[in-house]
Amino acid sequence: MAELLLKNITMKFGGLLAVDNLDLEVPSGKILSLIGPNGAGKTTVFNLITGVYKPTEGTITYNGKTLNGLHSNKVVSRGIARTFQNIRLFNSMTVLENVQVGLHCRTKSGAIRALLNTPFLVREEKEIEDKAMAVLEFLGLESFRNDYASNLDYGNQRRLEIARALATKPGTLLLDEPAAGMNPKETADLMDLILKIRDTGLDIFLVEHDMRLVMGISDMITVLDYGQKIAEGTPKEIQNNETVIEAYLGSGGKK
Amino acid sequence: MDTTSFLIQQLINAIFLGSIFSLIALGYTMVYGIIQLINFAHGEMFTAGSFAGLIVLMGLQKVGFVDSHFILSMVLVFGLGMAYVAVLGVSIEQVAYKPLRNASRLAAILSALGMSIFLSNGMMLSQGVSDRGFPPVFGWDGFRIMDAKISYGQVFIIILAFALMYSLWIFVTSTKLGKAMRATAQNKPMARMLGINVDKTIRVTFMIGPGLGAAAGIMVGLYYGSVRFDMGFIYMIKAFAAAILGGIGSIPGAMLGGMIIGFVEVAWSAFLPSEWKDVTTFVVMILVLYLKPSGLLGQSATEDKV
Repeated sequence: MAELLLKNITMKFGGLLAVDNLDLEVPSGKILSLIGPNGAGKTTVFNLITGVYKPTEGTITYNGKTLNGLHSNKVVSRGIARTFQNIRLFNSMTVLENVQVGLHCRTKSGAIRALLNTPFLVREEKEIEDKAMAVLEFLGLESFRNDYASNLDYGNQRRLEIARALATKPGTLLLDEPAAGMNPKETADLMDLILKIRDTGLDIFLVEHDMRLVMGISDMITVLDYGQKIAEGTPKEIQNNETVIEAYLGSGGKK
Repeated sequence: MDTTSFLIQQLINAIFLGSIFSLIALGYTMVYGIIQLINFAHGEMFTAGSFAGLIVLMGLQKVGFVDSHFILSMVLVFGLGMAYVAVLGVSIEQVAYKPLRNASRLAAILSALGMSIFLSNGMMLSQGVSDRGFPPVFGWDGFRIMDAKISYGQVFIIILAFALMYSLWIFVTSTKLGKAMRATAQNKPMARMLGINVDKTIRVTFMIGPGLGAAAGIMVGLYYGSVRFDMGFIYMIKAFAAAILGGIGSIPGAMLGGMIIGFVEVAWSAFLPSEWKDVTTFVVMILVLYLKPSGLLGQSATEDKV
């Protein structure tokens, strides 16, 4: 059973049709990649899923429940986390604190209880710290725990973004161009990391331009052009698909 | 009085005044940090807190509770006064600022100015135009360090102010909600994407900031013995200068800025003609901004904005 399901999704910005009647499903425990030329509507799809935009038409369901009209913070608590194309860390917080913020929606709320009950507060803080450390260890960032996020190198900032998203305990992880700006070594590490995350049982939905990464790790690929799905299949099928080649290279590429 | 005693006396005065400015400045800086708005109605929060504290205090005194349970009375005066203003702060946010959150910055600032005038006039109508006296609960009792006379009232207020600032610091740095607040201040869309309820976080900020302002208002009332509907203005202007000077948006900056303004003002009044003391506040602020435009502990405005 597919966990994340998009049905007849259409998104219009004024007269611009950004996403046109899109059907999509992120298969359970698999890596689905969404590719397409610039401006094809890939990030818009992410923004629709995470409640940044509301679809003009269509429904988005997750585990059988609709996500339409939910605010971003509710979508996260349903189990969908994402990272951004441009890094958005909390720069004046430490690495550990960044991850702790991610744990926010998975711990008991109760501000008043926390303020009045010091032992409870201490216990909860300890629990949050332990969980955050576990996530950092998974990503190999534990030695940077007390550094400010802004002081990390680029590759580690990307890792920290993923760590923070994982801290929200998602069932599905949306990665928006995680390899952007990475060198080949960093990209290779990232590929291993994404596979390692998938193997913990998460579904991964990836938007990426780096074809080596996309072809190397995806179980399925969906190709978008002008907001429409033009192809769908395994990496091998997509590589040999005429329509896809045309969309990327233009019809002049045809022999 | 010899020089040392005189200096000790002035030092206590400066710490006292500095704590008041710091508490008020915190309200500005927290609200600015989270929604980039200068809450011009903050001075009225300070005054409203003072009135609310006065009303509670007079009520308690009437039934003789203040004499029998002094500490508990103070807890009630500050607790209820701050709680009242916290509710007032959230209401203002809901009515005057929240609907304008996506409007231009100018619209929200005008709304804040309007709120300030509205509240100030409301207090004038309900509490009158003349000074209202605070019952002298602390009296003139105190102790001496050499020739410097320090009243218990001063000591009480300074301790309370520092306790409040310390609690705020612990709250912001090590509680979940405090971290959510810092995350929201740095990047709202991202905070939302991590499951933080941004609206709730903003509401909490509008409880804490005005609550601290109210505490400062009650302290001023208790110490100087009177409150007036428009007394918030000069404190507001100076605390605003303190927040700017410390780096608006920075919590330690507001504490530091408040202390600096308090010390400068007391030092000036101690040695130079005191009618010029209000000017010095702004001279110091202008000097700091000239040398470091982001304020002493502030970050440059372009950082963390996406």
